[in-house]
This record gives sequence, C-alpha cells and structure tokens, in this order.
Amino acid sequence: MVDRIVIIGAGQAAAQAAHSLRAGDYQGRLVMLGNEGLAPYQRPPLSKAYLSGATGLDRITLKPQEFWDQEHVETYFDVPATELDRVTQVVKTSDGQAFHYDVAIIATGSSVRRLSCPGAELAGVHYLRNIGDADGLRENFLPGKKLVIIGGGYIGLEVAAIAIKAGLEVTILEAATRMLARVAPPVISTFFEDLHRQAGVTMLNNVRIAALVGDKQVRGVKLEDGQIIAAHLVLVAIGIVPNAQLAQAAGLSASDGIETDLDARTSDPHIYAIGDCASRPLVHYDHRRSRLESVHNALEQAKFAAASILGLPRPVEEVPWFWSDQYDIKLQIVGLSMGATQSVVRGDAASRQFAVFHLDGANRLLAVDAINMPPAFMVGKQIIARQGHLAPARLADMSISMKEIGAGA
Amino acid sequence: MAKVTYIEHSGKEHVLDLAPGTTIMEGAVKNRIPGIDADCGGACACATCHVFVDADWIEKTGKLGSMEESMLDFAEGITPLSRLSCQISMTPELDGIIVRLPAAQH
Repeated sequence: MVDRIVIIGAGQAAAQAAHSLRAGDYQGRLVMLGNEGLAPYQRPPLSKAYLSGATGLDRITLKPQEFWDQEHVETYFDVPATELDRVTQVVKTSDGQAFHYDVAIIATGSSVRRLSCPGAELAGVHYLRNIGDADGLRENFLPGKKLVIIGGGYIGLEVAAIAIKAGLEVTILEAATRMLARVAPPVISTFFEDLHRQAGVTMLNNVRIAALVGDKQVRGVKLEDGQIIAAHLVLVAIGIVPNAQLAQAAGLSASDGIETDLDARTSDPHIYAIGDCASRPLVHYDHRRSRLESVHNALEQAKFAAASILGLPRPVEEVPWFWSDQYDIKLQIVGLSMGATQSVVRGDAASRQFAVFHLDGANRLLAVDAINMPPAFMVGKQIIARQGHLAPARLADMSISMKEIGAGA
Repeated sequence: MAKVTYIEHSGKEHVLDLAPGTTIMEGAVKNRIPGIDADCGGACACATCHVFVDADWIEKTGKLGSMEESMLDFAEGITPLSRLSCQISMTPELDGIIVRLPAAQH
C-alpha cells in the first residue's frame, strides 16, 4: 500500500502531481521538497508578463500556501533533496533529514545551459530560469541600456520583445542560419525576424562567440571575426539541460532526461519522473522517446504519475502543445514536426495570421505552427490526436474553414 | 472586493470575494474550486477555463476578444453564454456574478 509519497521538486509538475494525488483521494503522507524558497509558480510569464512588470509573484504563484496546508501537503520549499537511496527507500535532504517513501516522484526540472567562453563569469551576464533571474534582469531594464541576447530561441525572442518596449537597445546573436532554427520552420523564423527588426531589434545569424569582454562588468561580446558588440548586460539563452543527477546517482536509466514509461514510471517501479527532467514515449508518434520542455508536458506527466500510483485509469494523452507571446503575436504549436516531409502554409504572413501544417509523405498531419490563428491550432490538435490525414491543397484553401477541414480529415 | 458564485456541474455552489483585477479563473484555481483547469495559466492559449456565465450577467462581462472568441469556438459544448474565465477580470460592476462550470475541460 502506498502511504508515503515524496515529491522531489516544487515546480509546476510537482504542484500538479500533489494536486492530482489529493484530487484522486490519496490520503497518505505527501511531502514536497523544493530548492527555490518559494511555493510552486508558473515559469512561462518570467519571459513575458512578469518580466515586463505587468504581473507579480502573487499572481503567478500556482496556489497560495493555505492550499497546500489544507491539502495536507508537507512543503519544504528550501530543502532540496541530496540523495535518493533506493535500497532503503529514503530521500535525504540538504539539512540532514531523511524522508521514507513508498513512492518517490522526481520533478527536478532543468537548468540553463551555461556559456563556457572566456569572460562568461563577468558581472552583468544573466540567465533566465527562475524568479530571481527575472528580477535581476528586470531591475537592469533601463531605457538606453544595451542588451545583447545570446541565443535566438523562444526565451531570447520573448525577452527581446519586452526589452525593446522598455527602451533598451537590443541585439540577438544566433549561431544557426536563422532564429528559432531548432524549433520552428523557416517561414516562422522569417516572420519573427521581420517582426523583431520592425520593432528595432538587431538580429545577427551565423554568429560565433569568442569571448565576453570587460573588466569586472561585461562591456561587450566579442565575435570570432573580431567584431565587438557593445553591451551593458548580456542574457545567455542557449537552452536547458535536464536535472537528472540525483536519478543518475541512484542508478536510474537516464540519457537525455530520466527515462520513463507511458505512466511516467522510471526503471525503478517505486519511482516516477515528470516534467523537464524526464523523457517519455509519445503515443501519437509511434512511441518515440522525447524530452518535452513545456507546461503541457509537466501537467500531463504529473497526471499520468498520479493515476498510476492510485490505480486509476490513465488520462487520455494529449498531443504536445506549446505557446509563445511576442508583442501582440501569439504563436501556438501543436505536435512534433520531426519526420515531416512537406509543409503547407495556410493564410498570409503579411496579414499576421497564418499557419504552417507539417505532414509526412502519406499526408498524415504531424504538427501545426499557428500565428494568431487559433482554429488551425485547435483543429490541428484534434486531427493529430486521431492520426488523421489531409489533402495539402485543401489546407491551403482559405475558402474552406478549419472546421470543414477537420471534419473531412 | 467583488462576489462571484461558481456552480459546479454537480450543482455544488462556491462563493468567493475577489479583489478587483483578479480573473474568475484565478479565483477558482487558487481557492480549491474544481472544474477549471487553466493549463496555460491565463494566456488565452489552451481553452481549459471555459465557463457559462449566467444569462443576467453575460452582457456585463463585455465583448469577447478575437483570440478568446476563436479559441472558445473549439471548446466542448459552447453556448452563447460561454466565456474563457481567464479573460474576465473582476470589477465592481461584476459584483454578484454567477458562473456555471462544464462537466470537463478536456
């Protein structure tokens, strides 16, 4: 019988797991161990409304402390786990406590990938992962300051949008041939590059960083061709790596993330892993193993784990989805485009309302990137979920509504 | 503060006093009222905070934004009273509003 559950981590996945366990009528002991000194909060706003000052910590906090108290969750938000002993089934913490578990849930999240070039340790070099990072950036967002962002992914672009509106001079440096190269098709990259250029952001692709220069404080970014881009502050946004050390030290299978099955269970049946730190098979994609960095994934794996622990039916798996807000543009992505051999554009980029559909050679829909076009996102999600096929010509035909297209797929 | 009555699909009622500016979605998810998921946290990106506003109050909630209208169009079981509760911020004019929750958000 499961009577002691320890959740290692206190992010969005951890919060959902605790919530789902109690909602599923789990009445045993429930412990949550965090390392940020804060109750679980939403991370997406850290590069959006929280960074701009439009929203505060109280509003992005997922649940007030009373919620955790009323649900009898023992919260230790500043007591990270240091060891997972699978033989005695004990989680040891930084302050010397030992929590016995029948089931442990690893929700340790991810850490930013750090820059390793000379000068990377200078003052004024920022990363963005937690609330403290966002506060550190925000207090330096003063008009006229020069911000150089290393990395043209979603975090880099979202921060650029906020910074330019705050009156900073913003330059984004990207190593690939285009912004969002790892996560979006060329037409979406071009759209966002144009959008940011029009807003006044300088964007440089194909750039190699040689060093960050300055005495104690960073003053610029030196490129391999010798050019120096002046900077008062630098944001390094070059991706995240899963926090799998605790699991690896305990001998759990982990390569790119802690490996789990469909129920979010690791190679040890008493241990689950959820959220950014885990990799999982995806039912809509031939059970291909992926590590997904998204809210959807954090919530869904938490629900799978809770259901499995309580012996409840597995919730219906959703097609992976994601969103990004930049200026007045909402990008919604559903599905994974890996394996696509054709892409069809619906609508016109110039109208700031269009979508890209990714299909395989047999016209099966794999993914949709929708710019200010929720119907493409919502219908795409339904079609991908039932592994539907589509005629590319119909997708591009704006005289046929997405509802009609969905009904015919 | 402004009063909101949430009526679960089962008929169970919850009454909350919310500060102005708080959304009806936030009120539910932070006060243990089941029936609103709000996966995206209020970004109007997921359509999992669908509610039915009481007919006497729907006018006062104002016009739907184009993103909201477009997202709602694909939510389960929508009616002319449907709104995404993350897009309704409390104001003194909404003091007393009643919303009903659907059976499920997914």
